[in-house]
Amino acid sequence: MSDSPATAVQFLDARGERVSSAASERFSEYADEVTVELLQSFYRDMLVTRRFDEAAAALQRQGQLALWVPSVGQEGGQVGAARATKRQDWIFPAYRELVMARVRGVDPLQLIDMLRGNTHGTWDWQSTHFHQYTLVIGAQSLHGTGFAMGLALDGKASTGNRETDAAVLTCFGDGATSEGATSEAFVFATSYQAPVVFFCQNNGWAISVPTSTQTRTPLAVRAAGFGLDSVRIDGNDAIAGYAVTRALLDKARVGDGPGFIESMTYRIGAHTSSDDPTKYRSSDEVDEWGARDPITRVRLRLEAESVDDEFFADVDAEAADTAADLRARISQRPLPTAESMFAHVYSEPHPVMAAESEWLRQYEANLAGES
Amino acid sequence: MSTQQLPAQLPIAKAINAGLRAAMADDDKVLLMGEDIGTLGGVFTVTAGLEAEFGERRVFDTPLSEDGIIGSAIGLAMAGFRPVCEIQFDGFIFPGFDQITSQLAKQTNRHVGSMAMPVVIRVPYGGGIGAIEHHQESPEAYFAHTPGLRIVSPSTAHDAYWMIQEAIASNDPVMFFEPKRRYWQKGPVDPSNSGLPLHAARVVREGTQGTLVGHGAMVGVMLQAAELAAADDVSLEVIDLRSISPIDFAPIISSVEKTGRLVVVQEAPSFVSVGSEIAAQVSERAFYSLQAPVIRVGGFDVPFPPAKLEGLHVPDADRVLDAVERSLGY
Repeated sequence: MSDSPATAVQFLDARGERVSSAASERFSEYADEVTVELLQSFYRDMLVTRRFDEAAAALQRQGQLALWVPSVGQEGGQVGAARATKRQDWIFPAYRELVMARVRGVDPLQLIDMLRGNTHGTWDWQSTHFHQYTLVIGAQSLHGTGFAMGLALDGKASTGNRETDAAVLTCFGDGATSEGATSEAFVFATSYQAPVVFFCQNNGWAISVPTSTQTRTPLAVRAAGFGLDSVRIDGNDAIAGYAVTRALLDKARVGDGPGFIESMTYRIGAHTSSDDPTKYRSSDEVDEWGARDPITRVRLRLEAESVDDEFFADVDAEAADTAADLRARISQRPLPTAESMFAHVYSEPHPVMAAESEWLRQYEANLAGES
Repeated sequence: MSTQQLPAQLPIAKAINAGLRAAMADDDKVLLMGEDIGTLGGVFTVTAGLEAEFGERRVFDTPLSEDGIIGSAIGLAMAGFRPVCEIQFDGFIFPGFDQITSQLAKQTNRHVGSMAMPVVIRVPYGGGIGAIEHHQESPEAYFAHTPGLRIVSPSTAHDAYWMIQEAIASNDPVMFFEPKRRYWQKGPVDPSNSGLPLHAARVVREGTQGTLVGHGAMVGVMLQAAELAAADDVSLEVIDLRSISPIDFAPIISSVEKTGRLVVVQEAPSFVSVGSEIAAQVSERAFYSLQAPVIRVGGFDVPFPPAKLEGLHVPDADRVLDAVERSLGY
């Protein structure tokens, strides 16, 4: 069954050993691109993000955030996939792609703005190529597909040039595979051979509902049935994330068809700061996955490669600085103005926006005058 | 915009076709997508000939999924295109409801203005053609309730030709409701002058004793009612809304200030409808001009009935005149 999409590709095991199998053979050329230097960048992205993640969770408990969505445990597949994108590629995230956001240069305080209730998301999608979060589960799978269709129509993809053609990486979780939009995206992507790769982080749980309620067949097998080039990976292995995403993006970008990656991982924390995971899953399960931590294994590999302590100290310092920066800046984020409610509902002038904005302005002015 | 040679009289369906052709010739970012719109040219032939003229890259059949059509159109708009989606029938739009109301309508606001959403959704709508279930509905109020969308409905060939082009040129999402029972109604089209902006209402018949306002296929019904009333020496003004969101209230208020009476006519059920909104706003803005309450004439608050009963359900001139008589009785 080495050819089955249900066999997970792994290049770095939980002990930090480089491994290979029949399933991984197809991707070994890309895995070989992961130099010690690149692996160090993976480590930096993951560790800095985890410290930021933990700091944000603590700030949520202090009332600084309405909600926090942790990525702890899922950093491996994310960093590999994001580092596999080329500059011209685009990412359509769901809302748990914290490492990917960092890799694409999003200011993490802009993610914070959204979860603090200041905005619905304001990072610069045009320069980062990292789209806004989409909270209606699976809806972005169609946006990413349509966007990929557009890249091909525009001659920015599917020309056969692996260096310059662009592709789209569209993210969602295991729960999203039950949404109609996700299946529809698979249909559109394969029908038009759109340059898109779907990156499904199967973290075992859709809030409190296990993956077994979403599917009784491996998601990678289901996706293959749509005609997607479908691969399951060890989602806690950054090298597998990198190699497989690179391979499938390169295939998709030149017009040879879309792909699907089922990244087998685990959400160590809660779904969000609003739920208590001890109510629906065992601590044994959490411990079992904790032993497969994506950061630990990269560190073990780097140590085996004789990376010096100075590097690890430097990453620790950057992580501490990033968390400190978050704590320092979080309470100084600009509040939205009343006018901003009306300013961007439409791109072009709209009489109702003008009237309601003016009404509110006068109402507030009158209240101020009365007090 | 390019000027096409058009016949003196054009049915609405062909006027939309001509408008789509003009928009596609003007801007190669305009795409047409939907079910059966390519080789077949659409079940109402609105896109006939366009695939042959502009090619399969710009005019293409989609998989059978309204959610997929709207969702992928959003992605295409994000990539810089101006997709025009055809929803085959009014009652089939609801699988795409999430993408329209939660995604399409909100993208520009979510992106703080950094992302335009120039998507047009064409929807043949309304009864009066003896159709089976889901093929005769008027769902515009669902969408009018959603900020971020613009909603229009032409009632003449001239407006159909121009409004589809203006909808495509808009950087906001526009839902373009086509009164399907008037598709084959002919009228003149002036390809050199649109006449009115996209969101302007139009006084289509002047009168002094009462005002009728409505959109789409109801414009013809209102004009017929006004003609019958004139024979009884009752002078009615008729206003074609043209735009359902936003609504151009100025000509409606002016008319009510003159006539003192307003009857709103629509095919959709009256409960929480476009007509309800007009009644509420006219009451707020022209209270002292009103000689009678605003009266709504609409479909009953029932699922659209089987075709043999649609003559009772969809307002006709007699139902409109009954409302006029009630209004004049105050």
